[in-house]
Formats: sequence, structure tokens, C-alpha cells
Amino acid sequence: MSLRSPLASVLNHGAARDGVSHWWAQRVTALALAPLCVWLTASLLRLPMRNHAIVTAWIGGGLHPVLLVLITLTATWHAWLGLQVVIEDYVPQARYRVTLLLLSTFTNALLAATGTYAVLRIALRAGA
Amino acid sequence: MVERPLSPHLTVYKWAYTMTLSILHRISGLALFCALIVLIGWLMAAARGPYAYQDAMATLASAPFKCLIAIALLALCFHFCNGLRHLAWDVGLGFERAQARRSALIVVIAALLAFAVCVYYLAGSGAGAA
Repeated sequence: MSLRSPLASVLNHGAARDGVSHWWAQRVTALALAPLCVWLTASLLRLPMRNHAIVTAWIGGGLHPVLLVLITLTATWHAWLGLQVVIEDYVPQARYRVTLLLLSTFTNALLAATGTYAVLRIALRAGA
Repeated sequence: MVERPLSPHLTVYKWAYTMTLSILHRISGLALFCALIVLIGWLMAAARGPYAYQDAMATLASAPFKCLIAIALLALCFHFCNGLRHLAWDVGLGFERAQARRSALIVVIAALLAFAVCVYYLAGSGAGAA
């Protein structure tokens, strides 16, 4: 006998109550991150990193700000989902688990906002 | 509260090296989260101007940070390769035990090769992330 309501089984919502959306978002962000990570790593490894003028010109140049904002948002989203799974698996005590989940949420939100702001600040100054 | 078995109850299985890759995926993911904090701190330093950037680069170029950057690159290479393996599983490829073991080996070799290329550029450019 199943305790799930007919509506719940139709909507495919399991014990997590949100169906496959978490799983799916993790895969979609992974797929997006794959080319972005190759691009960013290859670029940073070839840049003269000590030269502020060259580095900021690169960050603000062409489509780079768009890609950098994309990778910031996608990476923090992916990290948020991944950290959530790890925390839920390994922290059984509810108060520590909830504390860590909140910490992860706020940290990733802060990282997303900071990264976006930094890229835009460089890009808009370079364009002005 | 119902006493259900919790999801990763690992102790009942005989250890196989594919399981090592599985846990390394999570560990490298955590390492990459730390690297993400450094990366965004670096972006913010660049946005604040040349002096803040110089200070940040002085820290990042120190020996302990160079080690951490190398570890982050290794974590990235591994998480990237093993992530592709996970995506292949998600579309239904390579579920057989022999295939999973072979792909595990390929992931380790590919990650080490990619890491070697990264270190080559890191050292060769003279600038490097560090």
C-alpha cells in the first residue's frame, strides 16, 4: 500500500517533494560549466596575471564579461546544489544540517553577487 | 521520526576503486568551492584597482597559496573528467561493471594528463595564476 496521494504520484514528486528538479539543475549547470571551465582555465593560465592593466583589459574585453558573469552564476548555482547533497548525506543532526545548508545558501548567494559586481565594475569602467 | 536507513551507508560494501572515485568527486567538489571563493576574491581585487590587486597577487604568489592553486587545478581536472563520466551515465552509457571500471581508469589518466598540461602552462608562462 502506498501512502502517497494520487496527485503526488502523477506529479512524480518523491520523498524530496521537488521531483527531479534538483537532479536536473545539477546536470544542466554541469553541462554549461564544462566548456566555460575549459575556457577560463586556458585563458587564466596564459594571461600575465601580475599585470593589472592587461588582466582588467582581458576581463572587460569583447564577450569576456558575459562569459565571466555566466560562469560566476553557474558555478555558484552548481556549488550550492552539490554542497546541499553532501551536507544532507553526511550531517544527520538537524540543527547542524540546517545551519550548514543556510551557510551554503548565503555564501553562494554572496559569491554570485560579488563575482557579478566585480566583472561588471571592470567591464563598465573599461567601456567608459 | 521513523528510523530509516540513511542513504550512504557505505560500510556494508566491499571497497572497490570505483568507490574511491565516487568519494573523490565530492571531495574535489568541496575543494573547487574553496577555489571559487578565491577566484571571486581575485576578481574583486582586480575590480578595486591596481593597488588592491597587487596586494592580492602578493598573497596568491606565496608558496602555500601556490600549492593550494596546484591542488585546485588537480581537483578541477578530476572533477571535470569524472563529471563527464557522470553525464555519460545520465544518458544511459557505460553502466556495466567492466565499463565503469574502464571509464574510472580513463578518468584518472585523463585528469592527470590535463593536470600536467596545466602545470606546464603555470610554470612555463612565468606568470601563472600564482
